[in-house]
Amino acid sequence: MASQGRHTNDLTIRVATVNGSGSQSSNLVLANAIFRLGIPVAPKNVFPSNIEGLPTWFDVRLSPEGYQCRSREVDVLVGLNAATWDSDVAGVKPGGAIVHESAFPVFGPLKRDDVTFYPVPFNELAKKHFEQGSLRKYLVNMVYVGVLAHLLDIPLDAIETAVRGQFKTKPKAVETNMSAVRLGADYARENLPKRDPYRLAPMEGLTEKLIFMDGNRAAALGCLMGGCTVAAWYPITPSSSLCESFISLCERHRIDPATGEKKFAIVQAEDELAALGMVFGATWAGARAMTSTSGPGLSLMAEFAGLGYYAELPGVIFDVQRAGPSTGLPTRTMQGDVAFAYTLSHGDTRHIVLLPATVEEAYEFGMHAFDLADRFQTPVFVLSDLDLGMNIWMTPPLKYPEKGFDRGKVLGAKELALLESWGRYRDVDHDGIPYRTLPGTEHEDAGFFTRGTGHDEEALYSEQPETFKNNLDRLVRKHATARAAVPAPIADESGKAVAILAYGTTHHAVVEAREQLRAQGLEVDYLRVRGLPFAPAVGDFIERHERVYVVEQNRDGQLYGLLRNELPADLIGRLHSIRHYNGVPIDAAAISEPLRDEERLSTAVTA
Amino acid sequence: MTATNVNLLGLTREVYKGLPTTLCAGCGHNSITNHLIKALYEYGVAPHMLAKMSGIGCSSKTPAYFVEQAHGFNGVHGRMPSAATGAKLANRELMVLGISGDGDTASIGLGQFCHMVRRNVDVTYIVENNGCYGLTKGQFSATADLGSTLKTGKVNEYETIDVCGLAIELGGTFVARSFSGDGKQLIPLLQAAFSHRGTAVLDIISPCVTFNDHDGSTKSYAYVKEHEHILQTPDFIPHQKEISVDYEPGTVQDIVFHDGSRVLLRKLATDYDATDRVGALKEIHSGRSRGEIVTGLLYVDTRASDLCEKEKLSLRPLAQMGESDLRISRDEFAKLMT
Repeated sequence: MASQGRHTNDLTIRVATVNGSGSQSSNLVLANAIFRLGIPVAPKNVFPSNIEGLPTWFDVRLSPEGYQCRSREVDVLVGLNAATWDSDVAGVKPGGAIVHESAFPVFGPLKRDDVTFYPVPFNELAKKHFEQGSLRKYLVNMVYVGVLAHLLDIPLDAIETAVRGQFKTKPKAVETNMSAVRLGADYARENLPKRDPYRLAPMEGLTEKLIFMDGNRAAALGCLMGGCTVAAWYPITPSSSLCESFISLCERHRIDPATGEKKFAIVQAEDELAALGMVFGATWAGARAMTSTSGPGLSLMAEFAGLGYYAELPGVIFDVQRAGPSTGLPTRTMQGDVAFAYTLSHGDTRHIVLLPATVEEAYEFGMHAFDLADRFQTPVFVLSDLDLGMNIWMTPPLKYPEKGFDRGKVLGAKELALLESWGRYRDVDHDGIPYRTLPGTEHEDAGFFTRGTGHDEEALYSEQPETFKNNLDRLVRKHATARAAVPAPIADESGKAVAILAYGTTHHAVVEAREQLRAQGLEVDYLRVRGLPFAPAVGDFIERHERVYVVEQNRDGQLYGLLRNELPADLIGRLHSIRHYNGVPIDAAAISEPLRDEERLSTAVTA
Repeated sequence: MTATNVNLLGLTREVYKGLPTTLCAGCGHNSITNHLIKALYEYGVAPHMLAKMSGIGCSSKTPAYFVEQAHGFNGVHGRMPSAATGAKLANRELMVLGISGDGDTASIGLGQFCHMVRRNVDVTYIVENNGCYGLTKGQFSATADLGSTLKTGKVNEYETIDVCGLAIELGGTFVARSFSGDGKQLIPLLQAAFSHRGTAVLDIISPCVTFNDHDGSTKSYAYVKEHEHILQTPDFIPHQKEISVDYEPGTVQDIVFHDGSRVLLRKLATDYDATDRVGALKEIHSGRSRGEIVTGLLYVDTRASDLCEKEKLSLRPLAQMGESDLRISRDEFAKLMT
């Protein structure tokens, strides 16, 4: 690798197109072909809330280090959108290359001497070579794949393998698309002498064991393997593909081929209130159930979330976060629901929240959430985000579960027969978690009245002050028990004074930011929080460091706020907050730059 | 032990009772509770298979007052239909009985009510309809008739929501209206509703003695007694009973449910056809224009499939399935990891 310059396998390709122009297939072919060369890639789709006509960008970041976060810099631009052409050109870094529709202007303010322009008459080529019809606009996109293949040294057989993968179900389309790819490659060979420094070279040992998957599909697989049988949802970007993936998995794997009977029930609900109501009705009756949503839906679920907490009903809520408040930016990413989800509903409410950062965690936490919900008899929120949910990531293959379901403390007729008495909300085991029974349990003591009103240990209505308070205190004990049950934080530390604390997809930018800081002589430790309530290890970690930078993708430093609420007073001053909230995924410089600046200030003050 | 003291499950009527009511003395809801106890007892509902669901309000407290052994779910205001839907999907063997009120159904929960009906979820859905909000001391509800008054004299200026008309419009498959004081009509209607597969909506006028039983109210005991227009006298015949009934041709409508049980509707004043959707809507409207409350089995369709059938749901309850039913094999899983 040392013989390869930093322009080899280390670049970001940006394709700027118009939404609805059918560039998705070609973008995926490009990413896949590069991935098949053994080069780590991180594809990011930046798209509008629109079906057709607004600008959309697809970035493929390549790096020998395998960085999975967005890069701020664009090395190679494919400019196919006249509407964003000016700003797209301005966004290319000096030394970069621009493949573009030759009809676009490259003079006046757009003239740049520090980049290489590769004009291609895409529309003319398409008109000349492809028949008039709906296919033409798709094939234009394949032409740029061919141009890039030639300019960047991507072998055409790697492209062909990717095209075959992309059109698995439509073998006829392979040849049509490959002819467009070859058209682009031939045009480039004949007309575009190579003048930029970027090239790709096959690598070994980095991507062979990895696969591509988006976080929403991984979470849906978690639901399948976690035994979820009832799902209720209201379509909302960016979570729709989670439930849609679950539907397709169930239709493929959970329908009895002989009878056509389904071992699942998925309802498209009238709204998110009803969706969560169906979940709790189902779990109360003994099934495992989930809903998937995003911020606006979560707002509607506040009412039922409180019932779930107080009446102690299991349920899994996937929140694929998008940029808020209000409707916000439906197709952009944010970690904006953390504080809201944690205390969702009125009164004193505290939930279990899982914070996956990777596709593997989207799957594993998705599956584990059903165990936690049953074990703790409470709603469990899995907070993914648009970046994880909708983008495609390189990931190790997901692991087949080795453990069975943990259905928690459920008393059946046999157990009830051995008990003199039982109380639905009695803390028998001193962990705050009571026992429950399911409707349909054939025993005269099985029934109880689930209610959101004040209740005593027997689930009877009670307005007694002590009874009410004792129950709230027991719920705190139950929540405290969950500290050891949520996924433990992951520390990477070697006794440094300064540390980063982050969660979710911010992780990928932290990985690169630490390298950037190390290169500048500033080594920092790292703790990644993976669930709420905070495990005791979080406080211990902070105690071992002088300054801890809490990095997150929201304006108000939500996790920073939660930490300040829960930490002992003498540790609060150690926390610093770094925030990113413009809707595009956080990049490494958004962490390393403010951290370095603040560190300079701190060290200057102490000096 | 005498056979007359137990039902076909060998259970006494005592088993079908619940905790003492905490509603006002004379409340229509208490009468409904008593009719329900009798209907459930006679029908022979297994307490452990009964799921009592409700929302919030006076009506929604009543599931505590019958079949104490059964599981109850007193959820949030207006959202009982969603919880009932979830429960039914999880365990389709449960008999789901929902008790709601007019505020719960026609205002805060109108959306969920509508969608439950259009999905034809197999639930017996009772609206204890008194035209006012009792627990918050007597405000109008959306089922109050135009021009009716509060105790304070305040006049309702807004059009009423007729939950029966709405349910029929939404494709409801069992829609009945009755009166809390008329057990003779209500009990067979309840039992028919238990037998019906799909959403059975029973709008039961249930006077609020404390806030809505005065002159000017159209939901008072006196008003209902004077203005009730009874369509039919129903008789419920459980499927276990082989009964031959003699009746004059054309005087009785015989409705047969999927489980073989029947309801015989003895026609009264008019030649009413309870399987005519448009006729039912017409009857509701013309009754209202006459200032009458039309009661009886307004509409029934015993052939429609319910949500579980539409979804081709496994006959074995989802709630009883474990890893071996629900997880895919290692081989199938490995195929997904490419």
